[in-house]
Amino acid sequence: MNETVREVLRRIGLATFVSAVLGFFSLPLLWLAFAPFDADPGISASLPEFTLHNFQLLMDNPYALASLRNSVLLAVGTAALVVTAAALAAYALSRVRVPGRDALLYVLLLLSSIITGTAAMVPIFLLAFNLHLVDSRLGVILVLTGGLLPAAIFLLKDFTDATPTSYEEAARVFGASPLQILRHVVVPVIRPGLATVTVWTVAQVWGDFLMPFLLLRDPDKAPASVIMYTFYTEGGQPDLPLISTFSLLYSLPVVLMYLFVSRRYGFRFHGGIKR
Amino acid sequence: MAPPTSPRADLGPPAPRDAGDDAAGLGRGRAAAFVAPALVLIAVFLVFPALWTLYLGTTDYRLTGIAASDPKFVGADNYGDVLGDGDFHRSLWLTLQFVVGSAVLGQTVLGFAIAWVMRDRRGLLRRLVEGLVLLAWILPGSVIAFLWIALLDRDGGTLNALLGTPGTAWLLDHPMACIVVFNIWRGTAFSMMLYGAAIGNVPPSHLETARLAGASTWQTLRDAVLPRIRGHVLTSLLLVSLWTFNDFTPFLITAGGPDGRSEIMSVYVYRTALGDGRLGFGAAISLIMILINLVIALLYLRALRDRSRKAAVA
Repeated sequence: MNETVREVLRRIGLATFVSAVLGFFSLPLLWLAFAPFDADPGISASLPEFTLHNFQLLMDNPYALASLRNSVLLAVGTAALVVTAAALAAYALSRVRVPGRDALLYVLLLLSSIITGTAAMVPIFLLAFNLHLVDSRLGVILVLTGGLLPAAIFLLKDFTDATPTSYEEAARVFGASPLQILRHVVVPVIRPGLATVTVWTVAQVWGDFLMPFLLLRDPDKAPASVIMYTFYTEGGQPDLPLISTFSLLYSLPVVLMYLFVSRRYGFRFHGGIKR
Repeated sequence: MAPPTSPRADLGPPAPRDAGDDAAGLGRGRAAAFVAPALVLIAVFLVFPALWTLYLGTTDYRLTGIAASDPKFVGADNYGDVLGDGDFHRSLWLTLQFVVGSAVLGQTVLGFAIAWVMRDRRGLLRRLVEGLVLLAWILPGSVIAFLWIALLDRDGGTLNALLGTPGTAWLLDHPMACIVVFNIWRGTAFSMMLYGAAIGNVPPSHLETARLAGASTWQTLRDAVLPRIRGHVLTSLLLVSLWTFNDFTPFLITAGGPDGRSEIMSVYVYRTALGDGRLGFGAAISLIMILINLVIALLYLRALRDRSRKAAVA
């Protein structure tokens, strides 16, 4: 008898906890799900009077689409630089015996997790200022690359270490030059690692607010994260139809990337270095 | 770029001692050229700023005016000013509340609780819970920030509508509580996944034994689960503390206000250095923040080493 009562109470407790968790985590998201399709979106979440008109408003806004394009430029630029530099370094460190290479990687990884964009915003801003990289997309790309590289090298070196050298040796026997071996043998073998690092970098840059906020002045160059912020902090009443559709469009790539990665590779984003 | 050629790499097979190592015949010269671009980028954009802070913090560098073009050496004045600044003390205290409240307690307890409750569930409910918690984690910070501003809005916010408390200005009345709860919401996913994996590694037979012995949930957790995941708890606590300490997202919600009542360290350094333009002063704060990060990171590495040593012994 007592057992049954306890079991029932336990179940009620569990159900309450799960409902509370569901409520807590879905509540802020409801607005994002409903407002974009509401003919007259308010600040509170409510079932929409369905329309797609808000997306028309989004297309007409001069900054919205341009900022998404800027986000793409920053993400692609950073990813290209990070993947190329990290792959070259990781391969060389994995295959050629360099004294102290493990200590080097260890120290770089440590540095990248303590010299965050937040902690080092003052010297980073002044460095960009003195190199004439303020208000330049290249400046943002270079600063972000510097911070992401250690973790990217670490990931890729792990990946390269785990692949056997026999393919490279075989190719060599057949007279392939080192660069040919890299291009035709090594790159295809470590491709999943390259894809992982690419997705990880794009995700980090896509959501990053601080660096472009700090380093870019011209609103025409600002990426979506910064434009989103100006949409609700500048100029009186926030334009809710615009903000809601923009939020949705800006969030979509991250969700798609996450689904793609977890389907394809069956692993999850790990936090890594948040800058 | 064309890497400098290494004679050994171009002239047939390498010396035998390298045979197992340098499989593609890269050679030392090319290897160095491969590592160089990454090292240069890291040196210039990561390591140099940190070292430069040491110098900048001893100048009266400003964003505008005479001190902008010709900064003077002021010695340890900035550090004295920072350490004596009432705003700094407040910011330190608020940061402690933020890190302990949202990361150490909030994210960890909630993340563990969700992982524990979901441990032997499959199917839709689990996917729904995990999906929502993860969504909070992966969506862009500036979108999330607006969602919370909308949720907590004084006039038409969803929370006031739900609680029947119209006109309550949560962000003005309880700014610290708001960003603490916000950050719990934002970051629980990491703890949930980490503890989910750790609980999955507890042998089912241990849990079964505890159940048959009639142990309560609390006893099971204490005696069967906690000893197995203790190493993960310490490392994850340090990791989420490090991330939370460096989080800038609260700026997007409260901007440190009202009257600096939610001005955690990351917002304080932004306001003094770039808002007020006192770059030398801000650099001194930057160095203090980097040192705090260093302490947390060193503790983390030590905990990691202890864990792997224990694993090696066990």
